[in-house]
Amino acid sequence: MKIDKKTIEYIANLSRIKLSDQEKEVFIHQLSDILSYIEKLNKLNTEDVKPMAYAVSESNVFRGDTLEPSISIEDVQLNAPAAMGVFFKVPKVIE
Amino acid sequence: MRLLESTALQIQEKILSKEIRAKDVIKLFFERMKDIEPHVQAYITINEEDAIKKATEIDKKLERNEKLGLLAGIPIAIKDNICTKNLHTTCASKILKNFIPPYDAFAVKRLKEEDAIIVGKTNLDEFAMGSSTENSSFKITRNPWNYNYVPGGSSGGSTAAVAADLSFMALGSETGGSVRQPAALCGVVGVKPTYGRVSRYGLVAFGSSLDQIGTVTKDVRDAAVLLRVIAGHDLHDSTSAQVPVPDYSNGIDSGVDGLKIGIPKEYFAGGLNKDVDNAVKDALKIYKQLGAKIVDISLPHTEYAVAVYYIVANAEASSNLARYDGVRYGYRTDRASGIVDMYCRTRSEGFGNEVKRRIMLGNYALSSGYYDAYYLKASKVRSLIKKDFDIAFEKVDCIICPTSPVPAFKIGERANNPLEMYLSDIYTIPANLAGIPGISIPCGFSKEGLPIGMQILARHFEEKKLLQIAYTFERKTDFHLKKPALKASVV
Repeated sequence: MKIDKKTIEYIANLSRIKLSDQEKEVFIHQLSDILSYIEKLNKLNTEDVKPMAYAVSESNVFRGDTLEPSISIEDVQLNAPAAMGVFFKVPKVIE
Repeated sequence: MRLLESTALQIQEKILSKEIRAKDVIKLFFERMKDIEPHVQAYITINEEDAIKKATEIDKKLERNEKLGLLAGIPIAIKDNICTKNLHTTCASKILKNFIPPYDAFAVKRLKEEDAIIVGKTNLDEFAMGSSTENSSFKITRNPWNYNYVPGGSSGGSTAAVAADLSFMALGSETGGSVRQPAALCGVVGVKPTYGRVSRYGLVAFGSSLDQIGTVTKDVRDAAVLLRVIAGHDLHDSTSAQVPVPDYSNGIDSGVDGLKIGIPKEYFAGGLNKDVDNAVKDALKIYKQLGAKIVDISLPHTEYAVAVYYIVANAEASSNLARYDGVRYGYRTDRASGIVDMYCRTRSEGFGNEVKRRIMLGNYALSSGYYDAYYLKASKVRSLIKKDFDIAFEKVDCIICPTSPVPAFKIGERANNPLEMYLSDIYTIPANLAGIPGISIPCGFSKEGLPIGMQILARHFEEKKLLQIAYTFERKTDFHLKKPALKASVV
């Protein structure tokens, strides 16, 4: 699979990553290489194979509905780039 | 007695018998650190003050004859993608450079409960994405056996630290071989437990269906103790297994008489270095002499494992790493116009190239129109890879193969070719996809004098058997006792 400039811009946007033109060139080349390698999977017929998402048996795990201590807001905010009151502060969301 | 070269259990015995105080060990330890660490560069953060305090505490407890934990007095290093309360946890990424976790990972909490002394946080490929530790945003860790070579990765800081006697034990983490591969390249013992054996709570998420915390030690007996401490069920990780944790040391010397060892032909095919091939085959001769039966087996889908892995792991990574948006923690750009621009600039400035590459690859594989062709296809082939193991384990008790197709490679040699770097993990990835446990132990040296590792794999939750098989070999050989020639005033 060959990735083109349009595709790299599309996935960079999905990834919320900005790329310079030079970076786009490098990534187009590298991702194309990797995807060509991955295409070897198409040699296998997997029509009747069940997909596997987890290595262990999948079942829901529930915990009791009990009150447990959690990390305080103050402690959490120590790592925040910007905070105000009990909130995280971010640039304007709605114009 | 070369004190700092001894194993964790040996040093602990000396402390508990009051031959030497924990505080004196830790002081010697940090003295050696000043000599060697500037060359090896295994650590991102060194926790000296806290470690001395903890050692003093242990000496006091000993004096008062108080009960001490299983790891009492043992200096241990932790890979820097495992959360340590009030101690920086950076994932070797600019985006988490200043992150100080407000909580301990489950495994770290267990270490503390058992009186281990946390000496520092070790270097890794950024977010554990890599096989050489060259992708760290902060430093390049060097292989203690030859500073021009990589230590492997992504837990290269942990394995280099243990190999250079800059730690007695360490925690690492695996998504596709990140404990076993660098353990092989550094000549130490690395265990990747069964998926779910050790809680992932506090392990910074990469590929959640694959991630697992593992152990790095100087020998197999140390691994048995460390694994026993960190294994077990944890409510904070819903995939952690409710399977009782045995005493892995008990019966570790039971031998391999009558045991059936499977040799997968696909792991001895083209691309395997001659020295590695010879070392593993010599090891098999030893097992045969010890009474094991060698059985030829086939794992026919092995060649697809790397392709499956780079879809599955990166798809999961692209979701997991969406959380780094500059809002709640971590780096935030200082020149954003609006919220979306803030996200984009924060992530572009904060992530390194390998991380960007994987996030984009993952998003591509999950994006509309490509999901079936990539993610679904890979998940199906993953089933086939697991089935290969299921069929093999009907015939044999364990599988033995090389850990890495080559010994350590030179720094910079593979840095510009991501695909070639990905193929470094060709022998370790299948176990992660299938969720089975594996161990890498030293089994020889290349012509260049670089360590070679051998891998043993077993069924889910058969770590005890793995350790027993590994220990049987270790007891008959001295590869694990060899030390790199490092110029240090303290040994």
